[in-house]
Amino acid sequence: MTTLSRPQSAVSILAGFAIAACALSARPSHAQASAPLSPAAQAKADGGRMAYTAADVRFMQGMIGHHAQAVVMAGWAPSHGAGESVKTLAGRIDVAQRDEIAFMQRWLRERSETVPEAMMHDMTGHDMAGMALPALMPGMLTAEQMAQLSKASGAEFDRLFLTFMIQHHRGALTMVDQLFGSPGAGQDLYIFRFASDVGADQTTEIDRMRLMLGLPAEGRNP
Amino acid sequence: MTSDPSSRRPGAHSRTASLSFFAAIGILAVAGCVTPSASAPDGSPAPAWSTSAPTPDPRVGLRSGWYDAGEAIWNLRVVSKTPPSEKFTNPSTPGDRRLTNSDLAFVGNYVFQGNYSGYQVWDISNASHPTLRSAYVCPGSQSDVTVYRNLLFVSAEATNGRTDCGMQGVVDTVSKDRARGIRVFDITDIGVPKYVTTVQTCRGSHTHTLVTDPKDNANVYIYVSGSAGVRSAAELEGCSGAEPTQDANTALFRIEVIQVPLAHPEQAHIVSSPRIFDDLTAPVRHAETPADVAAAAARAAASGRPARPNAPRPGAGRGPTQCHDITVYPAIGLAGGACGGYGLLLDIRDVAHPKRIGAVADSNFSFWHSATFNNDGTKILFSDEWGGGSQPRCRVTDKPEWGADALFTLSGTTMTFKSYYKLSAAQTSNENCVAHNGTLIPIPGRDVMVQSWYQGGISVFDWSDVSHPKEIAYYDRGPMDSTKLVDAGYWSSYWYNGYIVGSEISRGLDLFELTPSPLLSQNEIDAAKSVRFDHFNAQEQPKLVWPATFALARAYLDQLNRNNGISRDRSAAIARQLDGAEKTSGAARRSALMELATALDGDVAGAADKARVRWTAGAVRELANAQR
Repeated sequence: MTTLSRPQSAVSILAGFAIAACALSARPSHAQASAPLSPAAQAKADGGRMAYTAADVRFMQGMIGHHAQAVVMAGWAPSHGAGESVKTLAGRIDVAQRDEIAFMQRWLRERSETVPEAMMHDMTGHDMAGMALPALMPGMLTAEQMAQLSKASGAEFDRLFLTFMIQHHRGALTMVDQLFGSPGAGQDLYIFRFASDVGADQTTEIDRMRLMLGLPAEGRNP
Repeated sequence: MTSDPSSRRPGAHSRTASLSFFAAIGILAVAGCVTPSASAPDGSPAPAWSTSAPTPDPRVGLRSGWYDAGEAIWNLRVVSKTPPSEKFTNPSTPGDRRLTNSDLAFVGNYVFQGNYSGYQVWDISNASHPTLRSAYVCPGSQSDVTVYRNLLFVSAEATNGRTDCGMQGVVDTVSKDRARGIRVFDITDIGVPKYVTTVQTCRGSHTHTLVTDPKDNANVYIYVSGSAGVRSAAELEGCSGAEPTQDANTALFRIEVIQVPLAHPEQAHIVSSPRIFDDLTAPVRHAETPADVAAAAARAAASGRPARPNAPRPGAGRGPTQCHDITVYPAIGLAGGACGGYGLLLDIRDVAHPKRIGAVADSNFSFWHSATFNNDGTKILFSDEWGGGSQPRCRVTDKPEWGADALFTLSGTTMTFKSYYKLSAAQTSNENCVAHNGTLIPIPGRDVMVQSWYQGGISVFDWSDVSHPKEIAYYDRGPMDSTKLVDAGYWSSYWYNGYIVGSEISRGLDLFELTPSPLLSQNEIDAAKSVRFDHFNAQEQPKLVWPATFALARAYLDQLNRNNGISRDRSAAIARQLDGAEKTSGAARRSALMELATALDGDVAGAADKARVRWTAGAVRELANAQR
């Protein structure tokens, strides 16, 4: 459900590489600075923006669309006859991921990176299968899965919602792992903390959703 | 370390007089709902006290600003506001995250304040003018701090932390320069901390808990909680983020316990990795209606599996992969673990090998953050840091049971949910706000706590009636910025030796005093101030013990007046006898107090609040015995 287009992402990836190069050259050449700059002096020197990489930018851009789909799914709970506990969970996902989208967009905007728009409105009634979708981030529902969920109601909606949201959350964990597997990524503390929070929160939610489905709990690396 | 505040109180009489005026108001209000209506059938809070907070709530709509934001304060007094040291301030970028002030620890007159880029040491001997003793640069967030004698322990979690405390970060995904775990410093010379070692752990340390073992004076222990990702075995030998079925030594589903030999802190090392989540099956969840249970059954039926959502599944469920924070209470051998989607009760009598003995879950909780026991260990409070502390979760649209505290009674290993407590003042969308760190305030005979709510400010509340927690004091600033959310607010606010000490993420170190009100008397405050510690780590709860003082006896008496626990005439007579005894000294004072204690024993049977009269008698008797 993201509007991130391919040309945009190509541009941002290039921009990201340029910044990564910048960040690398900005590092002191010696491993141990005998008299380290103070954090304040460092902050003044970099204008309050810690160095970041293309992988950081890609993570934020990709996660906006990823979150937007979760918001759409969560928005269906009240209208599709979800049970109380699913409605509670969906309500919390809706609030949490909307806030996080705003946070990611601002992070990108403040660094003059391309800011994907988040399409979070209810697409019920649209011909989802016929829509031209951008490349899906890990765990995102296919158009067919979205159509299946949008047509379900009651207990069947609950079951599909939980099943698909587990898949969706697992994808977010994959994205976090990919981020931290990229050299230089997550050195910016906004990225580190946000990605760590996504990891911790969604691991917890997967555990909760599995219990709601009557499945045993599991870890983040199935 | 103890002193008798009453001995240096001029004008005790006038204070007593004004108190009884307040108490009278209290009694009038209580009289309106005399039938002990704490259990209102509809579950609505019973009005327990006469006064309520100012309305409309002055915390709503405060002017924005960094150091000049609008303020609202109730039943507190600002003692000092000290901006961060120069090394940790970037005047051109308000709320720069790398300069985040984090948790606090205390020893003597010193406050250790963590910062994402290191830590600061403040001397608060003069509370109205704290002075900086050290600003130690060592990036690696989140710098959770604890102290024990000459040792300081600091959590390092982020991937930019270096073993040499350098500022340049660690770009390589695998590097021997990266520090994630517990950093140990020698603070023998408080102004010049010396780096001792880093105990590296697989997930780093988001928070940690210092645990003393009553049976082991040679060591202290550290429970390490890490919520970030597991690093690779190439960087730290033995680290694995695999499922237990694939790797029995996975770093998931466990905590780490570090042993620190006090004589040789450089030898600090991991002694155990307890798997406290093993076989954790779905605990009883409150707030799930019969309709939910039916819905779960329907879901299971639709998926072709038997519907047994709460049935034990031995060996199948593993629960959370980690804890966020653990609060230990060594005096009762218990710990509260806030772990993923669960609140856990741990038996820590074998300190190096904590065992899970109880668990709760809550469908309104997102991420279990921390725990606080009440002093007698009959209640436990868990907080939910929904949104991780960087999101605005106290807006008028945010539900009061989300991002709140959940209050439980604790009996044996059973935790029973009673109520939620959440900051009641709606905050803007430009203020990060959610339940965060706090501690008990040693008000005798009551369960009172101070808690941080980030940009929601500081809230002091009474949870003696666990079903109806009630705010009794607060402080709040307006947002850092009226146009966007900028990191700020109270990370921690802890009671330490008479003051509430707050760590403000962007604004530094703030000290407060309680001020008397109908909800809290000067005697109760004086009794709280009489409890002194030589060091304090918030996540290692000390047993609160009140020294024998006139303030203590009068504090209980004030409470008896407030709750109509004894007749007005009788309480007035007791107050007069206490005043009389205080004017005497030595043997005369002793015998006057003994006589009063005996009389109070006789009052118990006829009192509405027998327990509190008994406590008063005990306090008076102890005071008598303390006279030479």
